[in-house]
Amino acid sequence: MAVHRGRGFAAINYPIGMNLGGDPSQALVHSNPDGKFTVALSAIDLGQGMKSVTRQIAAETLGIPIDDVYVDTADSDTGPHDMGSFASRGTHRMGNAVIMAAQEARSVMLEAAAEELEVDPGDLVTDGRGNIHVRGAPSRSITTMAAAQAAQFKQGRTIAGRGIFLIPLSEVDPETGEMTPVSTFAHAAMLVEVEVDDETGEVAVTDMQSAYEVGRALNPGLVEQQLRGGAWMGMSHAAWETTEPYYPARDHGPVDFNHYLMPGPGDLAPHHISVLERPAEDGPYGGKGPGEMCANPVLPAVVNAVYDAVGVRIDELPVTPEKVLRGIRANGGARPRQAL
Amino acid sequence: MNAVTGGFELRKELFADEREENLNEIGKRTRRQDIEGHVTGRSPFYDDHLFDGLLHMRYVRSPHHHARIRRIDTSQAERMPGVVRILTGKDVPQNLNTLLSLLDFGLDDEPVLSDTKVAYRGEPVAAVIAQTEAQARAAVKAVRVDWEPLAHVLDVEEALAPGAPTVCETYPGNLFVYHGKYNHQKLRYGDVEAALASADHVVEGRYQMSPIEQAPIETCGAIAAPEQNGRWVCYTSTQALFFSLGTAAKVLATPSSRLHFVGGTVGGGFGGKVDSIHEPLAILGAMLTGRPCKSMWDREEEMQVGAPRGAERWYLTDGVMDDGRIVARKFTGYFDAGAYTRLSSYAIIKAVGHLPGPYTIPNVHADVHCVYTNRTPATAMRGFGITGVDFAIEAHMDKVAETVRMNPVDLRILNAYRDGDMKAHRRLAKNCAFIECCQVVAEKAGVTIKPESRAASSLTGGGGERARLPARTATDEHGRVEGFSSGSYAQKGGAPAPAPAGVPTAPQPARPPSRSSQPAPVSQGTPAPPREPAQSGAPPPAPERPAASKDRPRRSGAMRFSSISGFRRR
Repeated sequence: MAVHRGRGFAAINYPIGMNLGGDPSQALVHSNPDGKFTVALSAIDLGQGMKSVTRQIAAETLGIPIDDVYVDTADSDTGPHDMGSFASRGTHRMGNAVIMAAQEARSVMLEAAAEELEVDPGDLVTDGRGNIHVRGAPSRSITTMAAAQAAQFKQGRTIAGRGIFLIPLSEVDPETGEMTPVSTFAHAAMLVEVEVDDETGEVAVTDMQSAYEVGRALNPGLVEQQLRGGAWMGMSHAAWETTEPYYPARDHGPVDFNHYLMPGPGDLAPHHISVLERPAEDGPYGGKGPGEMCANPVLPAVVNAVYDAVGVRIDELPVTPEKVLRGIRANGGARPRQAL
Repeated sequence: MNAVTGGFELRKELFADEREENLNEIGKRTRRQDIEGHVTGRSPFYDDHLFDGLLHMRYVRSPHHHARIRRIDTSQAERMPGVVRILTGKDVPQNLNTLLSLLDFGLDDEPVLSDTKVAYRGEPVAAVIAQTEAQARAAVKAVRVDWEPLAHVLDVEEALAPGAPTVCETYPGNLFVYHGKYNHQKLRYGDVEAALASADHVVEGRYQMSPIEQAPIETCGAIAAPEQNGRWVCYTSTQALFFSLGTAAKVLATPSSRLHFVGGTVGGGFGGKVDSIHEPLAILGAMLTGRPCKSMWDREEEMQVGAPRGAERWYLTDGVMDDGRIVARKFTGYFDAGAYTRLSSYAIIKAVGHLPGPYTIPNVHADVHCVYTNRTPATAMRGFGITGVDFAIEAHMDKVAETVRMNPVDLRILNAYRDGDMKAHRRLAKNCAFIECCQVVAEKAGVTIKPESRAASSLTGGGGERARLPARTATDEHGRVEGFSSGSYAQKGGAPAPAPAGVPTAPQPARPPSRSSQPAPVSQGTPAPPREPAQSGAPPPAPERPAASKDRPRRSGAMRFSSISGFRRR
């Protein structure tokens, strides 16, 4: 009786946004009297950081500090339409809508500043710290606050912008499946290490090494959180969770977290993440969306690692001790391969 | 590096010439806008919006997998302490809906509160509204339902066998109908059978993705209340604010302008909070009682009644050459939708567009089925339409590697898709980075790969011959379905369904509407003229033209998935 180590590899790509398009997102951006901006959306922050990533995108596009932007979202009376937070679409679709809205607002802000400085708006740049100045002449400057105040109380301008992003709906051919599913794909590869106990059938994921390509990591902290949490979710799908342990029978369905098994903090495998950035031509600043794909390579990598460890193919998820032991027994004992 | 969680690095040297690094805010680890509220427990979630006199809704649910409802007797429950009102199907203005009707995708197939038949264990048939949750739970037990159990089916392939019980009458064959024409979605690229016949090896596999709970900490729910000026406010955990608003407007036959939805801060979603189950019911409760109402799952309901990630069964057959090139890949897939469609039909389209995974394979064939069984309807979950088949593909790749005695990383790089390659859905690949991800992991993990794998690049080696469509694609008409017509509402635009009489269009004091004033369901299923079937072997038809709409009621909706599912029962 022994614990066997094994390694398994898997790699995937992932479509970003709703399949076939037709899923618009809208954004409205306006300046308050002192040059602070509100971004109005109806996107949902599920904890993934929707409010934060759109805030960064708005600040970047407006050319102002992040503290001068507040994202107000998900009141149907004030936020314009958005299809919702699903299909890894939030960053890609909503990010582009925010860029469009912020560009329009920025152009009005620069016009207001140009009038105050008596220059051409095309000669103005922002420094990202709250100032607008003539390109190449930083001393000829005005603060965004002063420009906003002049616009609203002196010039009679509305510093505001509207944005929408829509990939038009496309068709599917019934005979061949020809279609234009999405415009952008993210990528990932994963190697997991497991330990399999040939006496109890228990499988422990002990290490994960990955590479995820996300277009551009708009906020590496949020990307890391998504990838870390998502990969652990994948590990849990592979070796722990199901609502119907004897599918297709409905017996023994869990009704609480005592019976619906998920890994606790002590069960989580270290995960060594490398992020690659190949910007998407239609992504906001090249961003794609790491939301969903992070779990996907882990599931097959775990079953491939179990095979590497004891020679048992588990083709039905989740990997349970019962399935592993039955497999070992059918093979007449563990058959360690350690081929990878 | 953190020994417990593991390290994190940005590999900036890869694709560096495709990226500018001159940005101010983008690329920074800026703290979340809402983090202080979250970590101090002050962020308001939907369940924090409490009202004086809040009423609680609990549901009477089917104990059977499949049963006819002979009678629902609420008389004893109505007399119990604290009970304000009990809702059944007749109280719901439009008691038949399909979630994707907002996209004009599929037929209305699922009752909000079933009144004739239940098709899964846990299906709701009545909603008790009471002053406290305990009173509502007690009254639920006092509702008497006279059930007539029916034969049921739980396995996707058994559901397709002759004589299997019909799960959902909208789709008598237990299969969703695609394009009004086939009982599955097809993918045909090249000639798989010919390529399999000439391959050095044929590798077969069967894979089963398990059903999984989204498991948010915050269970799904909504609180609705009469607002001023003839409107209702709804605080919700939805993942899709206007999707839920649109669904509520349809089910309640109420103009969307009278609904005010507030959400945006959600305690975990993972796909399970798109279904818009609670919003219409909480608002209906508020409409019919004139008081604030809360509808919320407890943990058991979240796990067994809330829609899980559905199970998927995949059969894969690969034709492989001795050198590891995959020359043919064939899929047969069965998505277990459970009793009603929800979003499964749509996920299949997404899955088909994803096949054969991140590989350039010259011959690909798939038949993917959306199957109805007598279990909790399935819905979206992280990776919807993709996670299950990726499990199948990548577990299968391991078997292929073993068959041809190749390192599994080398096998993947050899077959990887690259910029300029033609994909099986007949569009060119671009912006690829699959090879580079494989290379980085091999390097990190100390996996020795071939020099040509190390030298490979997504940027080169694609296109050219690999950009060509197959000279011949084998097509077929198997799985033809009669009795449905396609393209019947391919027009853009559309008007909201008219509000039927008898449902209050503004908040008013609680008064049960009289039975006689209950509206007939808004007809959304008027048959359209049948279309000519496409001729066998004919080239793919041109995109559907908008049909004349004179004698057809228009459906409200954001857009039209006309060619996929713009069909109706004849």
